[in-house]
Amino acid sequence: MTQLRVVIVDDEQLARNRLRELLDDCRGELAHVVAGEAANGIEGLEIVAAAAADLVLVDIHMPGMSGMEFARHVQVLERPPAVIFVTAHDQYAVQAFDVNAVDYLLKPVRAERLLAALKKAAGGPPVAREVFERIDPGPRRYFSIAERERVTLVPVPDVIYLRAELKYVTVRTRSREYLVEEPLTQLEQEFGGVFVRIHRSCLVARRLIAGFERTVDSDGEAGWSVVLEGWEEKLPVSRRQWAHVKTLVR
Amino acid sequence: MSAHKPQSIRQNDLPDALPDFRNLGVMARILLAVNALALLAAVSRSRQIADFVSNLTEIAGWLEPVLLLVVIVLYAASPLLERLAYRYGLLAVLAVVLAATATLFPFQAMLAGGGEWTGISWNLGYSALGTGLLASYFHLRNRALSPALSEARLQALQARIRPHFLFNTLNAVLSLIRRDPKRAEAALEDLAELFRTVMADNRELISLKDEISLCRQYLNLEQLRLGERLRVEWQLEPAAEQALVPPMLLQPLVENAVYHGIEPGIAPGVIDIRIALQDARLRLQLSNPYYVEHQHRQGNRMALENIRERLLLHFDVEARLETRIAGDRYEIDIVMPFRTTL
Repeated sequence: MTQLRVVIVDDEQLARNRLRELLDDCRGELAHVVAGEAANGIEGLEIVAAAAADLVLVDIHMPGMSGMEFARHVQVLERPPAVIFVTAHDQYAVQAFDVNAVDYLLKPVRAERLLAALKKAAGGPPVAREVFERIDPGPRRYFSIAERERVTLVPVPDVIYLRAELKYVTVRTRSREYLVEEPLTQLEQEFGGVFVRIHRSCLVARRLIAGFERTVDSDGEAGWSVVLEGWEEKLPVSRRQWAHVKTLVR
Repeated sequence: MSAHKPQSIRQNDLPDALPDFRNLGVMARILLAVNALALLAAVSRSRQIADFVSNLTEIAGWLEPVLLLVVIVLYAASPLLERLAYRYGLLAVLAVVLAATATLFPFQAMLAGGGEWTGISWNLGYSALGTGLLASYFHLRNRALSPALSEARLQALQARIRPHFLFNTLNAVLSLIRRDPKRAEAALEDLAELFRTVMADNRELISLKDEISLCRQYLNLEQLRLGERLRVEWQLEPAAEQALVPPMLLQPLVENAVYHGIEPGIAPGVIDIRIALQDARLRLQLSNPYYVEHQHRQGNRMALENIRERLLLHFDVEARLETRIAGDRYEIDIVMPFRTTL
């Protein structure tokens, strides 16, 4: 049987040590190897991808990126690892895990519980991506895009607009654009307040709206377009959204 | 017990004690209440507006000198009065009031153009009545605050020391047992002492020195988990250490600072604690890094409200607690009376 490749993500050195010790204790029962460890979610994503991990033990309460958000980003990998959450005390998260049959460990972790979780993850079916979206109280701090077997993170404040095209949504930043596979309506719900819908197919960063301008589109119809701070491109506002959008600028 | 008597909050004893006559809040209440009574008396004796003004002036002429004299004498005699049992204390206060009334009467009568000596019995009667009313008011106020006190104590118990901290610390100690048993021992000793204090009967005021050593034990444990991410800078005026403060005044604030100011940061953060004496008052200032996106977390306000409430119960209007956001730091500023003896 092949070895299970495990990655540990926790911001506390001693907590990572403890998991390593317990994993050692389980080694006789289940073949595995610790393929890496990280002190936060961003490093964790790099290590998980580089180590081709089968399983991640991730703390929920971490600086920078929560364990819940980390689990969502991991899902964009072609072969995402199983995720087991670890937490000292988080009533709401634990409730959500129970409801959605997501596995978790409570700190201090017991060796037998850890072993049971490892066995379940090694043998069981993967948890669907939607489940991780459901249990994350969000909004995320990053968009994640799989690129060459790695996860690229785009900080939400860097995003100028989100535009739906056919199957994908384009995430536009000042330097380049990325494609994500998430419905625009879902993004609108998650980031309500940060991005505003100006058109059936477009959400723009609210804080960048500088004003409006009369424009004529390719069909020769006149209408309003949004002027964005430090951005050349003018994005058309649909008639339907105009009544709401125009109230956003003083 | 008394809300104003600083040394203890005894919820089981009957709340019978004289108010602290050196407390600004108590003095303000006495002055306001007596003058309100005078206003009422003036209204009830007047048929017309013109009458009212002259009545009020007349009453004030008799009343104010006596009132001021009484407040001054009570302020001076406060330490003596506090030692008396409640009922003797009441009698002593009554004696002070009557003596002040009688002493000033001849001068006032002279100024008023020679009153008759029978007037003094009226004045003594009014003084006694006023004293009785005020004594009842303070008595009732104590009773009303007494359940609030025990309630506050309970809330304090619940609010302090997050389960998050306990379980994470136990987890950290477990990780040390095999590699570094000595450090594990030290950590468990700190944890035991921390919980002994938390579970103690926290009604008595304690010395600031003890509260500071509690904070240091707590911070040792957090240091274990957070390592170099947690930095603490103390600026401590040695004389301030003798001050008496409500127990668990500083620890919950330090715990909040770690939870909201250090844990959300990947880079190291500094908690700054300054304790000093300023114009014969004790000033505690605490600041930590501020993370906007971390503010939805609960618990911060609860601990602050709890401390504010206990400061109010112990020191009335003489203590204040303010919080502000200054740039990227969150600051707490507490000013309270500097007391060193019970």
